[in-house]
Amino acid sequence: MVGIQSTAQVTSWLDAGRGLFLSIHVLGIGCFGYIVAKRLTPLIRGQRDLRFDQPLTRLGKVLKYWLGQWKHPRYRVAGTMHMLIFAGFLVLAIRAFSVLIVGVSQNFVMPGLSGRAGPIYNTITDYAATIVFLCMVFAVIRRLGFRPARYDVPARYGKAHTADAIFLLALIAILMVADSLFAAAKATAQAQQGQLAEALAAFSLPWFLQRALLSTSLPALGKLYFGAYLLHEVTFYFLLCYRPFGIQFHVETSLFNIYFAKPDREILKPVRWGVSDEHLDQVKSFGVKTFEDFTWKHMLDFYSCADCGRCSDNCPANAVGRPLSPRFIGIKARDYAFQHYPMFGHAGNGSRLIGKIYSEDEIWSCTTCGACEEECPLLVEHIDKIVDLRRGMIDDGNVPQSLQKPLKALENRGNPYGKMEKKKADWTKPENFQQTCKVRILNGNNGAELLYFVDSITSFDDRLQSIGRVTAKILNYVGENFGILGAAEQDSGHEVRRFGEETLFMALREHNIASIQASGVRRIVTADPHAYNALKHDYQNIPPVEHISQLIAREVKAGNLRFNPVENNGRVYTYHDPCYLGRHNQIYDDPRDVLDAIPGLKRVEMSRSRDRSFCCGGGGLMLFYEPKEDQRMGVKRVQMAAEAGANVIVTACPFCMVNIEDAIKVSGLEGKMTAIDLTELVDQQMAREGQKVA
Amino acid sequence: MKVLEVNVEILVCARRVPDTSENEIELNSAGNDIERDDLVYSINEPDNYAVEEALQLVARTGGKVTVVTVGGEDDEEILRREMAMGANHGVLISDEAFNGSDSRGISTILKAFVQRGKYDLILTGVQAEDGGAQIGGMLAALLDYPFASLVNSIEVLDGRKLRISREIEGGNKEISEIDLPCVLSIQTGINEPRYVGMKGIRAVASLPIPIFGASDLGVDPTVAGEAAAKVKRVGYFIPSLGKGAEILHGTREENIEKVLELIAAKGGLR
Repeated sequence: MVGIQSTAQVTSWLDAGRGLFLSIHVLGIGCFGYIVAKRLTPLIRGQRDLRFDQPLTRLGKVLKYWLGQWKHPRYRVAGTMHMLIFAGFLVLAIRAFSVLIVGVSQNFVMPGLSGRAGPIYNTITDYAATIVFLCMVFAVIRRLGFRPARYDVPARYGKAHTADAIFLLALIAILMVADSLFAAAKATAQAQQGQLAEALAAFSLPWFLQRALLSTSLPALGKLYFGAYLLHEVTFYFLLCYRPFGIQFHVETSLFNIYFAKPDREILKPVRWGVSDEHLDQVKSFGVKTFEDFTWKHMLDFYSCADCGRCSDNCPANAVGRPLSPRFIGIKARDYAFQHYPMFGHAGNGSRLIGKIYSEDEIWSCTTCGACEEECPLLVEHIDKIVDLRRGMIDDGNVPQSLQKPLKALENRGNPYGKMEKKKADWTKPENFQQTCKVRILNGNNGAELLYFVDSITSFDDRLQSIGRVTAKILNYVGENFGILGAAEQDSGHEVRRFGEETLFMALREHNIASIQASGVRRIVTADPHAYNALKHDYQNIPPVEHISQLIAREVKAGNLRFNPVENNGRVYTYHDPCYLGRHNQIYDDPRDVLDAIPGLKRVEMSRSRDRSFCCGGGGLMLFYEPKEDQRMGVKRVQMAAEAGANVIVTACPFCMVNIEDAIKVSGLEGKMTAIDLTELVDQQMAREGQKVA
Repeated sequence: MKVLEVNVEILVCARRVPDTSENEIELNSAGNDIERDDLVYSINEPDNYAVEEALQLVARTGGKVTVVTVGGEDDEEILRREMAMGANHGVLISDEAFNGSDSRGISTILKAFVQRGKYDLILTGVQAEDGGAQIGGMLAALLDYPFASLVNSIEVLDGRKLRISREIEGGNKEISEIDLPCVLSIQTGINEPRYVGMKGIRAVASLPIPIFGASDLGVDPTVAGEAAAKVKRVGYFIPSLGKGAEILHGTREENIEKVLELIAAKGGLR
């Protein structure tokens, strides 16, 4: 209580403004409440989204991604700055609230800070304010001077956001200065009156300001104190009410956005939350057609986007000049929401988003590689929105002609190529293969333990049938009791689902689940990561599924699979992570372990590897889509391999193989660069019986 | 987005054919037809463009679209698909007496159906993938309606008239006006037909599709069906796979030269 009495005179300087301060409080809080209520209107009108389960998992996410700022260090400079600002804000929050209250109740001390904790906390906040202030200065310099490319706004997406960003940074800087000035004026006045002044943290912003104010007269200090308070309060409320109109709304929404983020990212959003597959026929309209078709959480995503540009910076579609930038999927939707749910007046009637804010090509351009989601510090869910928009287009019949043929073939024949079902197992037929490796077609009575799920492209593509054969040879080699479904296997439907054709996907899945169950196997393996992802996450009631790289890695570890050393020393290998093996299923190490178990194999990493792998161009139906682009994704990827000093690209996905082999040809690197599937390499290097193992 | 309220009643004549992209066509043992056991069927693709054009037309002017096919109960499938696209009605004309009809027989049957209704515009696809582009012209002649073929754009004018264009060699268009009622055969590429998935087809699964037989239409079996057919299929020929490919072994530049030469020789370059 000593401290409060000694500052009695200083704090009384605010007495005159008590009424004013109180009215600003009421006005500020009132405005903020009104604005937030308005912002919540579309969320209430939006679709259901069941996000209230698993509180502990969700709290864990909050600790990791919100409090722990987990994704931020991926961008060293911006990330570090953000972490400092975020920490500063957390620290300053208590001070900000106590300062606000002091204006109407001079003797207020935040509970817990009346004793010894007070000065310690004040020292920390002095530094926090200083760090935040410096970060703001640095951020402005960075925005204006260094201009990181990812903040650019291409002309087709409207005007640059720089002015708004700097305005917001400046407001925060002003808030920090006002706060520091307030503390400095008080401390200086107390010192001049010979009172016991609270020591300001050395070399902090308030400390410097105090130095500057040493010779200021007491009445002037009083005015300064009053002015600093007023500036602080006005800036605080202005910021509070202005943030919901732009990118800084994430200050308020991020906590909720992360708490309500999807616990399991690999489970695609259902067509309608709370409607089971059996009842889906009763849903009249599928997917997102109007803004109100988005779920409330997806709308919250739009509000929460901080416009940091990391998604688009990593988006392969954006990198090759396709008309898609994930950042603007969100920004455009948010601008739409702001415009159609105005602060005053009635909400507009929902119009179609495709053709208004999104183009068809924009939505078809996504390969669902997941690079954007991997990067987003706020856990914004891009893929579900793209898929939902595609569901809407499919439902409206709005599908590119190039995709209609394969979709119809999938419906008629169970594969996108329109090949006859009875030819599904033709890849096992070549004589020289059949003699060495018998592949059984399972009918439930073979007593097979393991099912090899081949999927369409490996079954029907002349080049990729080789992956099927070597996979069978490897399974044979390690003594697996396995077989295939043959004509009873239809396309896994992985891309069918991701292209928004849910009904067709469900038919394919139903057929395959019945076939798998009838085969009587206890395990499933596949060499196709897309099939792997579908069977693992989209299918239910089937035996556990593995990717072949997992099985190979295990057999290598167990000593059942040994390799001959590589003979050509000039070869430098690099491993390309397929999106649906790596990013979507976190299988990064197994394929690498297998490669590293091959004696004499020299392996380098591309700068974009593991969870920053760069999509080859996409699989499944994406092979049929004719995108508008400047360059192929595969070509960019092959260049990355060349930059890393590699001349052999190893991948573990048939679609990567198609795209990368094509890209090698297109970029004129034939003869200098080759691509090989992990299974093909393993088959090539496997130490066969009678062979010497080094 | 209706610009003209003229309510055009459109009839589209469609047909179910083996899907050329999803089948391997093989000759049956008798050698007079193709092996049909493993075939998948779908709507004749040019007819699909005709339905899409009809739907886009009534969306602009108002009116209704009816799709009709002459065939058996399996053919109902394509009617459902076109109804899922947005056609208002599907009609199946089916009678054992009609089996084995030639194109004139089919046209005679369709004529009888047209005369039962009140259609302003009758569309067909430019040709059937397994047929001979005959129905449109014959139907028009039998009805004594004006006819235009290979139509690749339609605009509805005031006073029961259409402005249409017809594709001619080299991408040029000939533009004509034609009086309603009329028959048009629709060229593919006139539009981009909308996609129809399983969901759409399920949604129309319970809609009734009326079936008309010979007596309903008042068609005398002597003018249609096998007995009346003057054109009869007697055989089927499938060319054997030849060595169509020529592999060029030169350098890239030489190969480019050679390819240009070959394309020019076949008339592909001018």
